[in-house]
Amino acid sequence: MIRVVLPAHLKTLISVNREIELDVVGVVTQRSVVDALESRYPVLLGTIRDPSTKKRRAFVRFFACEEDLSHEDLDAPLPQPVVDGKEPFFVIGAMAGG
Amino acid sequence: MSGVRVLVGTRKGAFILRSDGKRKNWDVSGPFFGGWEMYHLKGSPVDPNRIYAAQSTSWFGQLIQRSNDGGVTWEPVGNQFNYDGVPGTHQWYDGTPHPWEFARVWHLEPSLTDPDKVLAGVEDAALFQTTNGGESWSELSGLREQKSGSSWQPGAGGMCLHSIIVSPDNPERIFVAISSAGAFRSDDGGTTWRPINKGLHSEGIPDGDAEVGHCVHHITMHPAKPDTLFMQKHWDVMRSDNAGESWFEISGNLPTDFGFAIDVHAHEPETVFVVPIKSDSEHYPLDGQLRVYRNRSGASEWEPLTKGLPQSDCYVNVLRDAMSVDSLDSCGVYFGTTGGQVYASSNGGDSWEAIVRDLPAVLSVEVQTLA
Repeated sequence: MIRVVLPAHLKTLISVNREIELDVVGVVTQRSVVDALESRYPVLLGTIRDPSTKKRRAFVRFFACEEDLSHEDLDAPLPQPVVDGKEPFFVIGAMAGG
Repeated sequence: MSGVRVLVGTRKGAFILRSDGKRKNWDVSGPFFGGWEMYHLKGSPVDPNRIYAAQSTSWFGQLIQRSNDGGVTWEPVGNQFNYDGVPGTHQWYDGTPHPWEFARVWHLEPSLTDPDKVLAGVEDAALFQTTNGGESWSELSGLREQKSGSSWQPGAGGMCLHSIIVSPDNPERIFVAISSAGAFRSDDGGTTWRPINKGLHSEGIPDGDAEVGHCVHHITMHPAKPDTLFMQKHWDVMRSDNAGESWFEISGNLPTDFGFAIDVHAHEPETVFVVPIKSDSEHYPLDGQLRVYRNRSGASEWEPLTKGLPQSDCYVNVLRDAMSVDSLDSCGVYFGTTGGQVYASSNGGDSWEAIVRDLPAVLSVEVQTLA
């Protein structure tokens, strides 16, 4: 099981107030995790990445294991602790500053 | 018993205000979609309990919400706004070609006859429609692809399609307005379009009388006079009596003719309301006095309406979609401010009161008159 933590606004959209557990088929990557997330919760289509280009939205970040993975290849395997379910994959809304 | 429902979109959620026909006591519900920018909410004229809402943030993009019970409960519907075909380019700020990029929905215009049919005006400027209650959206690309489209250039506020009017006597005739491009009309249900900006003059563009490039802030129409349009332009309040073929200025004695909102009295097609704003860089009322101006002749004579409105130290703005009217016997007029107040007049503008205050900045106000 892949553990995913969503930002508050997206948890509200899917009416879930906790960490999500996903079955991900094949290699666990940013792309496959978000694919699985959107498959289970279609309302999230377009909120994390462009539905056509799959490009991450500008103010969304992907973190795991205390690393910013946002600029890693979408198809690069995620860290083993994420694959093993020991660490969650974080979808983060960028801080607005101020 | 008759009643009124006011749909308020704000920078941080939506609110719904309800009152009976007396319009004295208001029940406020919300925030709905707290933390999200609610650019616009609007109900179906044929099924008032069917309401559509445009929900967005820069973080997580665009969603469309639909209610079938007057805004008590909501469900997300389709949010894919894909430009038709290979979308090409428009002008960027530096004059270079820039690909069309969807940013958000500014305005939703439900059909006058079919609750499942809605037009949506978006940024970068384009017109979309749904015929299945918002489940899917397709572009009416003839607007963007007409000959001037590639020359449109955003202004400081972006390039948004913010005004949509379907003629009540001819559903094939649609008017739209686009910031920094101008007004456009289709006579074939949205398939083909042409600019309707003759008579507009704008100092902020190289050719002040150009066919396109004018920063139209809002247009409105009374359903009983579908060939008469009123326009609040960046500067200038304008009128057309021939469905936009030509325009003439009616700014007259307004203290400033800059502004955003404009609307028409529900029962008097020649009575128009605007909220003058000091200037294009000073987006607040003159002298700290919030004044609605009413024009009873549709010509150049305006009267200030101040009773019940703050007349000192008021520096709010009233945005383009933040004014609306009800159609009760004594016409109600409503507007929201960036300071979070929604003001209402139950007597056609003679006097005003805040029916809610201290909301987040108000982006839009729409009123439903309920049987």
